[in-house]
Amino acid sequence: MKNTSKMQPFAVKDCTLAAIATGRRAQNLRELRDHLNEVDTDSVYYHFWGSRLRPKFDEPEYNNDFASWSHRCLRDDVMAERLSVIDPRDYDTLDELRQEIIDLIEYRLDEREFVPWAKTDEQFSFIRSQIVVFDTGIKLKSLRHLMSAISTMSTSSIYYHFIDARRRTDTGTDDFSYWLQSSGEIYDVLISKLADVDPYFVTLSDLREQLASVFTTYASEDRGGAT
Amino acid sequence: MKQSLDAYAAITGRDVIDKLRQLARPLEGKTVVHVNSTRLGGGVAEILHKLIPLMNDLGIPTQWEIIEGNTDFYQCTKSFHNGLQGDEVILKDHLLRNFEETNRENAERLRDTLRNADFVFIHDPQPAPLLREIPQRTGHWVWRCHIDASRPNRPVWKYLRPFVVGYDASIFSLSDFAQPLPHPQYLIPPSIDPLSDKNIELGPDEIAAVHDRFSIDAERPMILQVSRYDRFKDPVGVIQGYRMAKHVLPGLQLVLAGGGASDDPEGEVVLDEVHAAAGDDPDVHVLMLPSDAHRTINALQRAADIVLQKSTKEGFGLTVTEAMWKGKPVLGGNTGGIRLQVINHHTGFLVSSPEGVALRTRYLLTNRDILEHMGRKAQAFVRDNFLLTRHLGEYLTLMVLLLSNGRNRVELQ
Repeated sequence: MKNTSKMQPFAVKDCTLAAIATGRRAQNLRELRDHLNEVDTDSVYYHFWGSRLRPKFDEPEYNNDFASWSHRCLRDDVMAERLSVIDPRDYDTLDELRQEIIDLIEYRLDEREFVPWAKTDEQFSFIRSQIVVFDTGIKLKSLRHLMSAISTMSTSSIYYHFIDARRRTDTGTDDFSYWLQSSGEIYDVLISKLADVDPYFVTLSDLREQLASVFTTYASEDRGGAT
Repeated sequence: MKQSLDAYAAITGRDVIDKLRQLARPLEGKTVVHVNSTRLGGGVAEILHKLIPLMNDLGIPTQWEIIEGNTDFYQCTKSFHNGLQGDEVILKDHLLRNFEETNRENAERLRDTLRNADFVFIHDPQPAPLLREIPQRTGHWVWRCHIDASRPNRPVWKYLRPFVVGYDASIFSLSDFAQPLPHPQYLIPPSIDPLSDKNIELGPDEIAAVHDRFSIDAERPMILQVSRYDRFKDPVGVIQGYRMAKHVLPGLQLVLAGGGASDDPEGEVVLDEVHAAAGDDPDVHVLMLPSDAHRTINALQRAADIVLQKSTKEGFGLTVTEAMWKGKPVLGGNTGGIRLQVINHHTGFLVSSPEGVALRTRYLLTNRDILEHMGRKAQAFVRDNFLLTRHLGEYLTLMVLLLSNGRNRVELQ
């Protein structure tokens, strides 16, 4: 058994998100671009990530709200498909992500003879969010405890530790990896496997399953008894 | 019967209840007052009946006050309601004066309660002027708009806006409904209570009893719309759609189950229109149910094959949520909060005309396996998103954020 006694316990936190209307609305693709130029990056973040914690159908055709609106309300599937393949993890900052969306929209506007419009009651509403974080009181003393706890964590805990963490930690990593790094290099293989988990193209409950699977597989392959 | 929060654990899971208790901890002892205009009838009253005991159960002393008015007051506020939903309405000076005077009188009656509360939630336009009448207030005041105000009649909004700009925050069910206001506009969809008489599981005998009571043939398909007799609910459009579907499904039956709300003076007029449209068709059942007929409505929803909510305007459509919770696909008007719930080909169909009602009714009743699959999906969707526990959590989140002066990230210790 490797020595993991130096690790501080992993404090499981949970969160709730409040969505706030910004008052900005777009009725056509050009207006969407113009608002994107001006809107706070918090709103860009919400439409890619935060909206996952809001009531919505869990089998969306598209992974972000911009793509979904292009399909559903502008009826521009080319635009929707191009927006949907953006992986926000490919961009170091939200400003870079915002610029990529704007570039794609401008490219599409150049291609089309007419600006695609939505009906008046199907406008895109820009939303931002506020987050309340609280301690669940659960402290996991070892990787073994984390492994057994992960499959029963709430989806909002998963959101907080695996998605929201990337905005908080100085290395831009998730909380699980950050915690494992505190033990030096012994968990590098596991950290690398966690880095391969793409949180963007799955629902939060699927993400939880994938994480549980990574930990389970690691434990079964663990020759050194690091768990 | 009042339910304790722990009773919901069997449906939501213990972790959801634990989370609510953790979230409520910094709010323990804070006093909350909700104010609306009716204790009976309509979705707002139903939610408050359930929400308030649960807030008390969390250690947050919460009370519910009703604004009282005369017939002119309700006539005026019904105009507001229709106007916010986009109807052309004429605001008569004497009704507006009465509206403001009624609020002044109610403010006198409620002054001490409202002035000292830590949080005051004012529901819909009826009591909105109370804020102005309580200048010595000490708590956070939130205006909760349950109405689809996405395209309000401009004179109505111009009149009401000055009453709501002074609030610390407002709540809308959907972002589409939000109007430009100088304070944060939170988005909180409403919810249903799975343990209420309206939604609790019923035995087969109780469902069979409504067949007998209303002479509905259990052997033939039945479609149902539950809603107040209100033109925005388009009950006449439902009858037209049913007629078209009946050409190919001659055994089809339609039940329109409605009731009145004490703040809705137009109900009887619309009910007469519905009777005229139904004519003497023995398979159209137009029911006028008392506001406490919750188990009857529950049984009717469970007895139905498909549930309709063919609204042309709808704040949210809790009857849609209720039907989906009972595993029924819903044919809903393509408007407002119905769009958030009815996902085409997954939980039902959005329809825009009587023809749409006929088309989708025929499709589902001739594809029973699809109907049942969609019903199961609808139920799961409600469990994950539209139960009272989620709604309560969003209120708690909002209150915590208001106490934190609007910081974007609040870490509770």
